[in-house]
Amino acid sequence: MTEMVYGSMPARVGEPLLSRWWRTVDKWTLSAVIALSGIGLLLGLAASVPLASRNGLDPFYYVERQAFFGGLALVTMLICSMLPPQAIRRLGILGFAAAFVALAMLPIAGTDFGKGAVRWFSFGFASVQPSEFLKPGFIVLTAWLMAASFDINGPPGKMISFLITLVIVGFLAMQPDFGQSMLVLFGWGVVYFVAGAPFLLIIVVVGLVGLGGIFAYSNSEHFARRIDGFLSPDVDPRTQIGYATNAIQEGGFFGVGVGEGQVKWALPDAHTDFIIAVAAEEYGLLMVLVILSLYGLIVVRSLFLLLRERDPFVRLAGSGLACIFAVQAMINMGVAVRLLPAKGMTLPFVSYGGSSVIAAGITVGMLLALTRQRPQGEMADYLKGRGR
Amino acid sequence: MTRTPLRPLARILQARASGENPDLIERENLAWRHEVIRDRGRARSEGRLLFLAIFFMLAFSLVGGRMGVIAASQPQEPKAEASGAQILATRADITDRNGRILATNMLTHALYAHPKDMVDPARVARELVELFPDMDQAALEKRFTDGRSFLWLRRVLSPEQMQAVHDIGDPGLLFGPREVRLYPNGPIAAHVLGGASFGAEGVHSAEVIGTAGIEKAMDARLRDPAQSGPLQLSLDLTVQATVEEVLYGGMVMMKAKGAAAILMDVRTGEIISLASLPDFDPNDRPAPITDKTAEPGDSPLFNRAVQGMYELGSTFKIFAAAQAMDLGLMNPETMVDANAPMRWGKHLIKEFKGKNYGPLLSVTDVIVQSSNVGTAHIALQIGGLRQQAFLKQLGFFDPSPIELIEAPGAKPLIPARWPDIVTITTSYGHGMSASPMHLATAYAAIANGGIAIKPTLLKRDTPAQGIRVMSADTAAKSVSMLRQVVTRGTASYGDVEGYAVAGKTGTADKPKKTGGYYKDKVINTFATIFPANNPRYVLIVTLDEPVEDSGPEVRRTAGYTAVPVAAEVIRRVAPLLGLRPEVDFTPVDQITAVVEDNH
Repeated sequence: MTEMVYGSMPARVGEPLLSRWWRTVDKWTLSAVIALSGIGLLLGLAASVPLASRNGLDPFYYVERQAFFGGLALVTMLICSMLPPQAIRRLGILGFAAAFVALAMLPIAGTDFGKGAVRWFSFGFASVQPSEFLKPGFIVLTAWLMAASFDINGPPGKMISFLITLVIVGFLAMQPDFGQSMLVLFGWGVVYFVAGAPFLLIIVVVGLVGLGGIFAYSNSEHFARRIDGFLSPDVDPRTQIGYATNAIQEGGFFGVGVGEGQVKWALPDAHTDFIIAVAAEEYGLLMVLVILSLYGLIVVRSLFLLLRERDPFVRLAGSGLACIFAVQAMINMGVAVRLLPAKGMTLPFVSYGGSSVIAAGITVGMLLALTRQRPQGEMADYLKGRGR
Repeated sequence: MTRTPLRPLARILQARASGENPDLIERENLAWRHEVIRDRGRARSEGRLLFLAIFFMLAFSLVGGRMGVIAASQPQEPKAEASGAQILATRADITDRNGRILATNMLTHALYAHPKDMVDPARVARELVELFPDMDQAALEKRFTDGRSFLWLRRVLSPEQMQAVHDIGDPGLLFGPREVRLYPNGPIAAHVLGGASFGAEGVHSAEVIGTAGIEKAMDARLRDPAQSGPLQLSLDLTVQATVEEVLYGGMVMMKAKGAAAILMDVRTGEIISLASLPDFDPNDRPAPITDKTAEPGDSPLFNRAVQGMYELGSTFKIFAAAQAMDLGLMNPETMVDANAPMRWGKHLIKEFKGKNYGPLLSVTDVIVQSSNVGTAHIALQIGGLRQQAFLKQLGFFDPSPIELIEAPGAKPLIPARWPDIVTITTSYGHGMSASPMHLATAYAAIANGGIAIKPTLLKRDTPAQGIRVMSADTAAKSVSMLRQVVTRGTASYGDVEGYAVAGKTGTADKPKKTGGYYKDKVINTFATIFPANNPRYVLIVTLDEPVEDSGPEVRRTAGYTAVPVAAEVIRRVAPLLGLRPEVDFTPVDQITAVVEDNH
């Protein structure tokens, strides 16, 4: 006790923050994300030029913006990844609350940019899509509620989170944004699935989603047209899918060469929804496989790291975040190869976009924070004879 | 609030007894139970996390595989696929009985535009208007630039026009192949053929559907891909052309407003020729008259031979005579009361121009002189019920079964009630109306020996089957009476040397729309059977409002109008039909032998 005197050097109790972070963070996922951002910037050099020239801007205007937002997203990701799980939980829930209020305000203060769906807040220099920021917070909240429901005398977290999901889906469907509402439902479903949903219930939910799709098909012309286009056997070469297919064919295995692609001039969404077509045309199948492997690496590695996680909240939140991240990439690329009906969905980190990149940064940052190595009571397992 | 039981109760009770804090024991227990739950949860989610990892790996592999398949396939020149079902464009040809083409298809192109692919809409509009002066340059340019992506410009282009449009050289102008129906003979047999136009139109083809005549009536057969051969009609193109030519001359000469002719084979029921004037060109079918006040007959589209319902006048008299003979009531020599005028109730039956052929006439002479009163007395002996039954058997009460789309709608006009006065007027062809096609069908039954047959426009090789409506003997006697009408009766201009024409004239006043009859407007009909000694053909010639005013007296009776026209038709057509003229044998002794006398 006598050493504790005023003015003495403060002793470091634990390891320094950065060194502990570097030691525990999953460097594979981190590298994959940085690689994806780099690829996104590289593709943006080609894909966003036509948009800039259409809007009468400097040819690399959007590249610069993408570099700025990408940098911002990486910084956000790094900061998030340094937080402990409790801080992730608190921040996630606060973030969710903010995003939810923003989402609810959309019908009053939002703008549709003439695209027929009120999804954005416009702040002059940039626009924000609250649904993008809602998703990571929502996953964290759901995971927290579900984890709490496992505790003895815990709250009925599954039911509460499900009700919240329904409210969010309702708001998103009002915009209308069926893609995001499907993602939200999917995220909740994954968390619930990992938390141990009964298989009967899973079947029922899948059925309900199907019915919801049919309802949307019969009531939303926007939705019905996309589905019809998907079901018709011929690819109309004048549709986005037609151009994308042609671009993939033109690209072949090794691409037509950097900047030589034509599809970016024909597709209005070449820099966002169909960035993979630009990649396929200019860099060939090779680049597509690299991108696919990077996404696969992130999700599979994260899920494997979460296998040994003892904390239910961390496990649920981590797997939910990994899955919505991966499913967004999967849908985006599935649309381009016509495995899925056309649905506007960005390719995380690769597509151009402010909100979506930063939201992806938050998502992966939280994921990295949750997959960091922590003591998982391995010793206790051995001592109690439960270990492997 | 429900209180959770204290666990483990035994240790807590022990602790309480020894004064220790039982809460510590309870918390320790709770923590232990949480550990257990977490272990169980982790074990359970292990499989599920693996499932998710495998799911995403498979999904990404699937996307990658699919990407590889697409990348490995060859890029194709973008080609717009026809949406929906392919429109079937092959329509069977129509030929005459000898295989000569009446209707066929020709490949042309339609012109359409994809304004979004257009390089210079202003120039395209300007050059198109130079080619097609009926287009409006300003309107075209506006439609090219208002954001639409598709635009039909012309339905049919000739090859020269197509080349000229090609030479404009704009990628936004495109051609869609399509077959159009072509009638190489122009207006010949126009009313039989009818016409065709486009049904469903697509970029790659267009459906050709019949709009009238046999094209519409036989539309399913013509469009049936299983029956690829041409549709062979009973018409003979040469005969048809000749009939139309002679009929047109007659119509002009007799100042008639319309004319119709039907030539029918009495054994098979085949219609060899069917003409209605004025006619039209089915390649360029005129629009129907929409004016409500106009009579249907004013339109060239109106088929007088099938759609025209006329009171056919004295041509009906032979039916009364034939039925009376067939019933055994009379024979050709039976004398009947012919004292004119005849009073029946409040009606007065008069002869033509107030003549009186009476007091008595033989049945033959009733027909030959065309006595209304005599026919009336014959009909009264038959009776209304039997008369109706006989006329029904001959087909006068139903629409003609001929294969024209207009036929089922053309119903004969039958009086609703059938008192004796209707029996009387019907016997000489007034009060009920039927088409020349009905008349031809009925005369064919007399000519072929008493069998009622169906008329047909399709080629048939075997004699038609039908029910017998009179004995062969009655039919022969009737033909003989009709022959005498030509040799010594009202149709003396109808005799054609060598072809023994038999026939009956009919002159009927035209009914006014407002009721009553016109004094100076008549329908003249001549129904003929030839050759009389071995009847092969029935020819009906009908003239609408003819007048023969070459002489001092203006004549409107059939004997001066329809009969000479019919005779000219037979004179021209009979050799084409392969009928041998029966000319009197010239005795040998009248031939002067020219002896060569120079040896």
